[in-house]
Amino acid sequence: MSDELKSPQPGTEPPSVPLMPLGKVVAVTSGKGGVGKTFFSANMAASLAKRGLRVLVLDADLGLANLDVVLNLYPKITLHDVFTGKAKLEEAVIKAPGGFSVLLAGSGMVEYSRLTPEVRGDFLHIMNSLVPHYDIVILDTGAGISDVVLFSVSLASEVIVVATPEPTSLTDAYATIKVLVNQQKRQNVRMVINQTARLGDGRAITMQLQQVLDRFVVSEPGKPVRLIHMGDIPADPSVRQAIMRRQLLMQSMPGCPAAMAVTQVAIKLQEALLPR
Amino acid sequence: MQKHWNALRAYRHGFLLDFRRTQSQATSNVAATTPASLVELQQLRLDDARALLGPEMVEALPPREQSAAYLQGVIDGLCELSLKDPLTGLSNRRHFRNVMERTIDIVARSGDPALLLMLDVDHFKNVNDTYGHHAGDLVLQAVGRTLSKCVRPMDTVARYGGEEFAAILPNCHSHYGETVAERIRQAIEKLTIQIAPGIQIGITISIGGAYAPEWVRSTTALWTERADTQLYNSKTGGRNRVSLDQPQEIYVSAEEKNMLFGHLALGDPAWIESVSGDTPTSNANGSAQRVN
Repeated sequence: MSDELKSPQPGTEPPSVPLMPLGKVVAVTSGKGGVGKTFFSANMAASLAKRGLRVLVLDADLGLANLDVVLNLYPKITLHDVFTGKAKLEEAVIKAPGGFSVLLAGSGMVEYSRLTPEVRGDFLHIMNSLVPHYDIVILDTGAGISDVVLFSVSLASEVIVVATPEPTSLTDAYATIKVLVNQQKRQNVRMVINQTARLGDGRAITMQLQQVLDRFVVSEPGKPVRLIHMGDIPADPSVRQAIMRRQLLMQSMPGCPAAMAVTQVAIKLQEALLPR
Repeated sequence: MQKHWNALRAYRHGFLLDFRRTQSQATSNVAATTPASLVELQQLRLDDARALLGPEMVEALPPREQSAAYLQGVIDGLCELSLKDPLTGLSNRRHFRNVMERTIDIVARSGDPALLLMLDVDHFKNVNDTYGHHAGDLVLQAVGRTLSKCVRPMDTVARYGGEEFAAILPNCHSHYGETVAERIRQAIEKLTIQIAPGIQIGITISIGGAYAPEWVRSTTALWTERADTQLYNSKTGGRNRVSLDQPQEIYVSAEEKNMLFGHLALGDPAWIESVSGDTPTSNANGSAQRVN
């Protein structure tokens, strides 16, 4: 943690200041909800797992978690039980259909959606005990720019922003990136553009976002923010089908264009995080 | 109580009709038919209204030709009373809460930043203890007047309770917040308040502020809590100072939006059709492109 990030008085620091960026932790976030964040997290995890990596997906959307819906998993023990001390952490980590591990938030987590020092402490403790056991930990965060989202993103060394080509989604993604640059002094933000109509649209969008950032967002001298285009996921009817059947696209239709695109992103991420 | 209100409403209705008639007959201005001295809002108290609604109400009323305007004045006064703090004439806490709720709605929808300031007169108890409560009242009134002068007409200033004041500044960008709060602090510091013939005192104020979280719906309680925390920081930091909650720099201006969707005007992405087919958008973006 750099010195200027330290707050003069303990306990008054903004909650979004990175506490301890952990290795190999990837936060998946978006400005706007409903852009396919959870779908992407789960399928990328499956893809990475298929490539032989030990992957954990953590449901960091404490208020409105729906990773359980996407994976069709309703375990008895969840993160909620760990927070309340009813269960041990190891009991709450379960195997998901795609061959990766998952820690689901559980419906009782709404009461933890306010970021108190206790919630922060618990969360940090959980992360510290889990991270060493995996090659990659994916944090599926909530939408928007709430304290909880910013806090969970601050725990990650890498952040992927998922957006769709709609102006509303782009505006919110841009706002999110702005906050990440201003508050967390992030220099690299990875972009995934979901539901693109044509090949190349995603890259064009990322370039456009980069231009607007260059012009309007003042970053520290010599440390410009850089958007890294991770890939486009084309609009594909198979995705809807898989979601409605509550299956992973990687399992039910691994050959469809969207699944192939997710795999490409997974490969790129693996290369960036775990270079051979 | 309900009965009284009904009675008041009925009277109001009848008198209003009368009032309109007199107005149309004498088209001279309303001020002439409603002497200013008839209803002094500053002096109007709920007791006056209660007395009016008692059984001797009719006798209590001024002559027939003046009573319509008088009663209308009382009603207006009651409405004012329900919104305003009688001592300072600022908004009262209840009205302030409504404004806050409305501001939260607006901020959640538009993303325009809004600032909440909590202000507390430093060592006010000393003023009361040393010079008496009348002096205290004079101080509060002076502070109220100064606060109103320091902000824009669109801002809402309230007496929050005791010697605590609050202000909502909608559409207040992060770099202006500090300026406004500092201006208030200095204006109060410069103030000399005459509390008795020949006795003038000066006071200071501590200020804490917090921005409404943009794009997400906050609650009045959470927002107030954050501003209060900053006020506490100002107090413990030595008083007569300003502390603002770290603003979230996430305001996306129209310029930025225009440039964000600039590529829509490049024409080639297929999703332009699915987003919008109307030409005004592309024109607007086209002009933005040229500017760049």
